[in-house]
Amino acid sequence: MKMPELDRFEDWAPEEFPKGYLCNAGTSVEYITGGWRSMRPVWDADKCTNCMMCWVVCPDSSIKVADEAMTGIDYDHCKGCGVCVHECRFGALEFIREDEAEVA
Amino acid sequence: MTATKPFSATGNQMIAEAMRQADPDVMAAYPITPQTTIVENYAKFVANGAVTTEFVTVESEHSAMSACVGASAAGARVATATASQGLALMWEELFIAAGMRLPIVMANANRALSAPINIHGDHSDVMGARDTGWILLFAETAQEAYDNTVISFPIAEDPDVQLPVMTTLDGFITSHAMERCVMEDDETVRSFVGDYAPANGLLTSPTPLGAGMFANGDSYMKSRYMLRHAIQDSLPVIERVGKAWADTCGRPFDVVDAWECDDAELIVVVLGSAAGNVRHIARELRAAGKKVGVVRPRVYRPFPVKQIAEACKGAKAIAIMDRADSLGGQYGPLAVDVLGALASAGQSAPFHNYIYGLGGNDLTNDLVHKVFDDLEKLADGSLGTGGTSYLGMQEAEGAQNIWLG
Amino acid sequence: MSELIEIRWHARAGQGAVTAAKLVADTALLQGAYIQAMPEYGPERTGAPLKAYTRVSDAPIEVHNTIVNPHIVVVLDDTLLDSVDVTEGIKDDGTVILNTEMTATEAQARLGVPAGVKVAVVDASGIAIDTIGRDIPNTPIVGALAKVTGVVPVDLVKERLTETFGKKFSQEMIDANLRSVDRAYEEVQTA
Repeated sequence: MKMPELDRFEDWAPEEFPKGYLCNAGTSVEYITGGWRSMRPVWDADKCTNCMMCWVVCPDSSIKVADEAMTGIDYDHCKGCGVCVHECRFGALEFIREDEAEVA
Repeated sequence: MTATKPFSATGNQMIAEAMRQADPDVMAAYPITPQTTIVENYAKFVANGAVTTEFVTVESEHSAMSACVGASAAGARVATATASQGLALMWEELFIAAGMRLPIVMANANRALSAPINIHGDHSDVMGARDTGWILLFAETAQEAYDNTVISFPIAEDPDVQLPVMTTLDGFITSHAMERCVMEDDETVRSFVGDYAPANGLLTSPTPLGAGMFANGDSYMKSRYMLRHAIQDSLPVIERVGKAWADTCGRPFDVVDAWECDDAELIVVVLGSAAGNVRHIARELRAAGKKVGVVRPRVYRPFPVKQIAEACKGAKAIAIMDRADSLGGQYGPLAVDVLGALASAGQSAPFHNYIYGLGGNDLTNDLVHKVFDDLEKLADGSLGTGGTSYLGMQEAEGAQNIWLG
Repeated sequence: MSELIEIRWHARAGQGAVTAAKLVADTALLQGAYIQAMPEYGPERTGAPLKAYTRVSDAPIEVHNTIVNPHIVVVLDDTLLDSVDVTEGIKDDGTVILNTEMTATEAQARLGVPAGVKVAVVDASGIAIDTIGRDIPNTPIVGALAKVTGVVPVDLVKERLTETFGKKFSQEMIDANLRSVDRAYEEVQTA
C-alpha cells in the first residue's frame, strides 16, 4: 500500500491518511524509540550462555540474534525498561545510566 | 432483464432474497425479533447450497458485528442483520466498522428499545446508530426493502464510499406483513452488484497491512474529518446507484420521495412505512382540493439536506413525524435534521413535531387526519409554531413553555 | 373490485386465521390484485383471541396500519362473541361471516349489527371435522367468504390452496381441504 513518508506524519494532510486508518505493517521499525532511554542494558558476551531468556521477555524485540546466538542489543528501539537485566541469571546484562554510557 | 411474476412475501423474506443474490462471502449473525426470519431464511440458503457464504454463528450481536468487522477488514463481502437490543449491543462496533471504512451491509428491522420490553416497530434502535458513520436507508414497503438491500452492496463497496450501509425496514409492519412483490432474476442482480474487489483487504493485499491503529488527537481528528466527508460525499453515489437500479428494475428511486410537493402548502415529513399511511390520507385530501404533500427521506444518513429544503420550499406549514424521541431534547431526531436543513437554506415555515407510533403503536387514519387538521391551524396561525407532542395522547400546542420559559 | 377491500379476521391462536388471511391475499394476487396480509403480533399462545388482516386492492396499497373500519369481518370461533367486539367499526354495508351452529337470523340478533350489515353463517368447524378430521375451520371459511363476498373466486382459492399445501401435505390432506372449501361454499347461509 502506498503511504506518505512516516517521518512527517504529523504534517499529513487529512486526504493523505489511508482510508480506514490502515497502514503498512512493520512501520514501528522506522520509529526510533531509543531516545526515550534513561538507563541502558549492556551485554557481556563472555558471561552470556545464549539461554535467550532476555529475547523472550524484551517487549521491544531489541535483543539481536543471529544463528541461534545473541549478537547484541538494538539501541535504536530499546527503551531501557531493564526487564532483560532483571531476568538474566548469568550476570551477562548490566544496567547503567545513559549519561555514564555516553561518557564511556 | 426479467423480473419474477408478482408474488407475496414479507419484507424479511425480500431482504433475505436480496442478500442471497448478492451472495456475500461471510455472514455473522445472531437472531432477534423481528429480524430473525432474515437470517433464518439465509441460513436455509446456506444449508441448501444456494449461496457460497460462510455463515458464522456467534453468541451475541456484539460478537456478530466483531466477526463482521474482522471478515470485512480481511477483504470479504459481508452482510448481517439485527434489531433493537441487538443493534444496541453492537454499538461500539458500529463506530469501528465505519471508522475502518468497512463496507458491511446490515439489515435492521426497526424495533423499540426496553424498558418496558416491547418487540414492535419504532425507530428508537436505528436512531441510536444515527451518528456512527453508517449510511442509513429506510424502506416503506417490502418491495423497497428488497431494492434498498440490492443497492446497499454497490453503494457500500464503491471505492469512493467504502462505508457500512444499514438497510432498514419497520419491525412487524414491514418485516412481517405479506405484500405483493417482484424480484429481478439472480443474473441481473449479480451483474448489477458485481464482484467485490477490496482496495486493501488484510488477506487480499500482496503485502502485510496494519489495521485498527491508535491515533492521537491530531491524526484522529484528521481521520474523522475524512470520515465526515466520506459519508457526506456518498449522497451522489447513492443517487447514482439508486437511479441505475431504477433503470434496471423500473421502480423509481429518489433519495427523498417528495409526493405532490410542487404546489404543496401543507407538508408532512415522515420516515419508513408510516409515509404510506400519510400518503393514503393525503390522496383523499388532494382529491378534495387540499394542497398537501408528503416528504419521505429514503436515505436518512447522509441527510439529504438540499433535497429536503427543496421539497419544503412552498410550505405554509410543516409537520415532522418522529417514530423515536430524543429524550431531554426539544424535538425528535428527524425534526432536528429537517429544521437544520430548512435553516441552512434560509427557509422557515410554522411547524409542529409529532412523536408517534412508539412500540408499534398503530398510526391510524384518524391520527393522520389529526396531523393534517393541525397543519391547517398552523398555516392560519390558530396553532402556534414550534411545539412537540405525542400524537394521539397530547393535543398539539404551540412551543411548550418548559423549553422557552 | 375497484377499491380497497379490508378484511379483519377474529380467531383464537391455533385456528389458522393467519393462514386464511394469507390464502385470501394470495388468491387475490393470482387475479392481479395488490394485497397485504398480516397478523397482529403479540404474546399470544394457543387459544388466545387474536386478529389478522387482509387488504385487497386494484391499486398499490400504501397504508400500513391495522384495520379499524373493515368491509368484511370473519369470525372463526363464536365463543369470541362473549369477549370481543368483533363488529367494532364495521362499514354500514359490511359483511360478517361467522363460524357457528347458529342460524343466520340467530347470529344477526346475537351480533346486533345495523340492518345494512350482511350476516352469513357456516358451521366451518363441523365441516372441518367431517372432511379434514380436525377442528381447523380456516380453509372452509375461505370457501364461505368466496361465496358471500365475491372478493375471490372459489376456483382460484382451490388452485392456490393446492399450490400452498402441496409443498407441505399429502394429496389426501389437500383433497380433504378442497372438499371443506366446496362444502362451506355450498352450505353458507345469509340472513
